[in-house]
Formats: sequence, structure tokens, C-alpha cells
Amino acid sequence: MSAATMTETTYKGAINKAIVDALAADDDVFFFGEDVGAAGGAFKTSVGIQERFGEKRVLDTPISEQAIVGLAIGAAMRGLRPLAEIMFADFVGVAFDQIANQLAKYRYMTGGQVKLPVTIQMASGGGAGFGAQHSQAAENWLLNIPGLKLAVPGTPADAYGLMRAAVEDDDPVLFFGHKGLFNVKEDLPEEPARVELGRAAVVREGDAVTVVATQLMRHRALEAAEALAGKGVAVELIDPRTLVPFDFATIAASVDRTNHLVVVQEAPAGGSWGATLISRIAAERFEMLDAPPALVVPPDTPVPYAGALEAAWLPDAEKIATAVEASLAY
Amino acid sequence: MDERTRPAKLSAEERPEQLELLRAMHEIRFFEHECGRLFARGEVRGTTHLCEGQEAVSVGACRALREGDSMTCTYRGHGATLAMGAPLDECFGEVFGRAPGLCGGKGGSMHLTDLRVGALGSHAIVGAHLPIANGAAFEALYRGTGAVHACFFGDGSTNIGAFHESLNLASIWKLPVVFVCENNLYGEYSPLPTTTPIERLADRAAAYGMPGERIDGNRVLEVREAVAAAVERARAGEGPTLIEAMTYRLKGHSRTDPAKYRPEGELEEWLARDPILLHARWLAEAGIEQAEIDAAEAAAREAVAAALERALAWPEPEPAALLDDVWVAS
Repeated sequence: MSAATMTETTYKGAINKAIVDALAADDDVFFFGEDVGAAGGAFKTSVGIQERFGEKRVLDTPISEQAIVGLAIGAAMRGLRPLAEIMFADFVGVAFDQIANQLAKYRYMTGGQVKLPVTIQMASGGGAGFGAQHSQAAENWLLNIPGLKLAVPGTPADAYGLMRAAVEDDDPVLFFGHKGLFNVKEDLPEEPARVELGRAAVVREGDAVTVVATQLMRHRALEAAEALAGKGVAVELIDPRTLVPFDFATIAASVDRTNHLVVVQEAPAGGSWGATLISRIAAERFEMLDAPPALVVPPDTPVPYAGALEAAWLPDAEKIATAVEASLAY
Repeated sequence: MDERTRPAKLSAEERPEQLELLRAMHEIRFFEHECGRLFARGEVRGTTHLCEGQEAVSVGACRALREGDSMTCTYRGHGATLAMGAPLDECFGEVFGRAPGLCGGKGGSMHLTDLRVGALGSHAIVGAHLPIANGAAFEALYRGTGAVHACFFGDGSTNIGAFHESLNLASIWKLPVVFVCENNLYGEYSPLPTTTPIERLADRAAAYGMPGERIDGNRVLEVREAVAAAVERARAGEGPTLIEAMTYRLKGHSRTDPAKYRPEGELEEWLARDPILLHARWLAEAGIEQAEIDAAEAAAREAVAAALERALAWPEPEPAALLDDVWVAS
């Protein structure tokens, strides 16, 4: 790929491009949700899409999250590939029955009679001052429900690649775009690659400590890794990119080499993907560890509003670096 | 179709169709009777919700549909699923948790589903399938197939949020869906007046700008006529209809409910208006010989007995099957 064909693309621009390309590729794909059409999306991720594809394929809905998710399920059962948006990931709570009891279980309960190629796009994550009900890393709520794939892209390329893979996947995929990354830029080719669901990215190679992080925390962990490199500590940073399916093998192989594990996430510890990963590493790789696995997490409180409080709540590069050094010093 | 109206004598061509309605209702009645009996014997696990007394709604509404149309219903859904044409033996097999059951034994009594006949699912969360019904109807509109979706639910569903979100969305998008409320006077154990401030549930249609009609749900021909008119409107692009079919649950809410909360004499009143009795009487008045009426009942009884014998001989699923059907591809 020559440099001339690359275009600087933001994370939200990559989401927009992925939706456009998915609609262009398959007439069975339709895109709908609150304000996705005429308004171009609450975060402007869908600007221009309704103009291009029309009101038949890009539809504005009432503020009715149950109706949105249910409609996706019914349409998917009949052979369409719905791409739904429920704006903020926190609103998963409003549609929880449709997601947890219907979308995730329908195929199983019917003995495999149906397939549900549903993608639900939403904006997640903190750091932007949206307060307790619009800032959560809600993907953690869904980990205990077999039947849902969870995509958590951290870069424009991954946002594009995972969105395309999600829409083309025959199972339900929940796609969490991180609000704090919407303006992150990256050069993308005209036709960026799909990203296979369940394939982690090794963001930075190293032999001292394995650090695992997604989305905003991946960027802060990279910042920490660069600072530690100056002190001669080589961090291996891995981004799982999807929580279900989860690429345990890549992380386990890294831990086998580094013998240290630090997991960073943007949600309290209980019932989270980070806690699950640490439990599995401890159970399956106990003898490979030179130190207790560390989980860097926010405290057990709702996400606070004030800038000073939210900054204190979210793990930052310094906290991550401290956890890495503590692991090495154990 | 007023019960005081004496029917005109039926022509020879009209007779089979009318007798078929009677046979179909008998089939459901015998099926439910066996489910109740076998629950006591331990062949039915957990619970089961019988629809005895409501057969005219299932049969009347489903006979107003044509091939390619589809249906969703509730956990009290044996009748509707059979009325769509799901095989008796596979329905029994599913209720008994046998491998050749409709869903391979993964769904059970509350989740009978048969995509082959357009029975898209029985749903055990009150009201949860109304958003899904919209999705099936949306697919018909999106692809221009002309198909219509019939969605059955109980009176209790009209108090849950999904009902309101769904009727609203169906109306603004003019979805080809017929909402059939089976008003059997009780939401689980609670009489309707204790949970609902209005007496006529069909009036709720007005809030969503769609026609709402209350009918006698124990008269199979009245149900068929009302649903056929709503189906015709839906196919013509005129959008959804809410039909409130007044009927009665002859048994309790579930197999553990003796329904002692019913006022004295209520059951007897409704037994005198048993939908099977009413249609058999109508047939006799229309000039059909008693022998033919009896033969329809005998045919249903024999078919149910033979299906039951087959299903009881079927094996349970292999334990390894529990891992199948979570994903299309993993």
C-alpha cells in the first residue's frame, strides 16, 4: 500500500466509513436508531449516511431502546442484517431484557433454528464529563451472558475492521465505540482490513511484563510503557479487541515469557473482564507467574462528574506504571 | 358473528373448512389435556401454561394468515404454535425435553418454535416479543414480500413498557403486524381490574393512532373475520391493528395454580361459552350432521394419541448437545 492511498481518519470517521461500506456491500444491511439519520448521530458518527442510502435503509427511531433491539432481532430472524444504534452504552439497561433474554438466547432456545446477525453499536466509556449515567464501560455487564460477542476497538483501524466483521458475523455482536477516542487519528487505506473477532493485537512487544488493556486504557498503558522504556523496562502491551470471543492464547503465551501480568480496565473489578482474565491466568498459569497478577481499576463508585473527580477515578499512565514496577519488584 | 344469528346452511364446499376449524381446536384441547396429565407424571419438567378455553383465538387468528406470514406468541403458546401447523409429535417432544422435539429439547413448553411454519417463537418474558414481532413485520416491508405478522399476547402484557414502545413504533412505521391481545381476565393470578385502570384494552390502540377492536374470542369465526380484516389492512400498507379477543383461561396460570381466586360461578359461565362447544353448536345449526362433528373430534383425539405415543418413545438429548447452538460460528 503506497502512502498516497492512505487517508488520515478519526476513530469516529472510521466507524462512519465502516457503516457506509457495510450498507454498500449488502442490501440486507439496514441501519437504525435514535437520531442516526437526519441528525447524523448524537456523536456525528453517521453524518451523511441517510443522505446516501435513503430513509428506507437508514431510519430514525423513537427513543425506545427495547423496540430498537427487538426490531433488530425479528428482522434478523427473517434474514436481514440489522445494524442498530442505542446511542450511549449505558442505555443497555433500558433494553437489557431484549439483549440478555432474547438476543443472546434465541438461537439456543430454538435448538439452532434461528441465526441472529445483529450488530448493536453504542458509545461507551468515561473521561468526557458525561456523569454517572453516560460514561460507563457497560460491556462488563454483558460478560455473564453466553451468546453475545463484544467488540471494544481502541484505534480507528480496529473500529473499522471490527465493525465490518461484526456486521458480517452471523451471531449477535455488541460494538462499543469509546467516546474518549472519537477524535483519535490514524492513516487508513481506502479499503481497511477486517479485524477477526477474537484476535488480540500485540500493540508493543516486550519481555518484562505483560500489560493487557482495551480502548482508552490501551492508550494510557502505551503511555506508561513508553515512560517505562526510558527506565529500561520492556512492557508487552496486548489489546484483546474483543472480550467475547476472547484471545486467551495470545495473552497466556505472553505471560509464559514475561512471568508478570498487569491488567488495566475502565470499570470496577467485580464481575469484569479483567478479573475474569486474572482468575483464568491464576488457575492455568500459576507456576509461570513471578508475582501476583495485578488489576488496575477505578474504585467501586459510580463515575463522578467533576473533572478532578473523574480524573482521579480513571486509571492513568502513572498508576499503570506504578503497578508494573510493583509487579517487577515483588 | 353474533351467537343469536342462526347461520345459513353450509354448502358442501364450505363444510370441510368449517369442520377443520373444529378439529384444530379439539387438537389443541387434547394436546393441552395430555400436557396437564403428563406434568403430574413428571414427563413435563418445570412448569407449563395451558391454553384450554382459548383455542378459538389461536385457530381463528392463524387461519386468517397465508403461507409466508409469521407469528409470535407467549409461554401459553402451545395452541398458537399448533394452529400454525407445527407437528403434534414434535411439539410434545419439545414439551417433554426429547431430542427430536421442535427445539431439540433446549426450549421446552414455554419456547415452542417452528420456523418451518412461521411460528417464530413462544416467549416467556411478558411482552418481550412485541418488539420482535415488529422486526418480522419490518422485514416484510423492507423486502416488499407482502407478508404479515400476527403477535399474540395476554392482557397483562398491555401494562409492560415493551407493549407501548412496540405499538408506537409499529404505527409510525406502518408495520404489517396484527397485535392480538388474548384478554383472559387475569394477569397471572391478578384479576384485570386490580392492575389496569381501563376496562377495554382495545382502547389503548387510540394512543398509538391505530384501529382497536374488541371481539368475542370464544367464537372462532368472529376471530378469523376480525383478524382477516386486520391482515388485509396490513398487507395494503395501512399499518397495524390491535384486536382484543375476550376469552377465558379454563385452568390456572400454570400447573401449580389451582385458580382459587376466581369468583364462584365464573368458571361455569365460561364453560357454557366454551369455544369448542360454541362452534360445534354453530355447525349443527348450519346443517352439519352430528356424525361429522363427532368425526372431527375423533380425528383430533386419534392424532394426538398417536403423536403422544411417538414422542414418549423418543430419546432425551445426548448431554454433549448442550454445547451446540450457542453460536453459528465460533
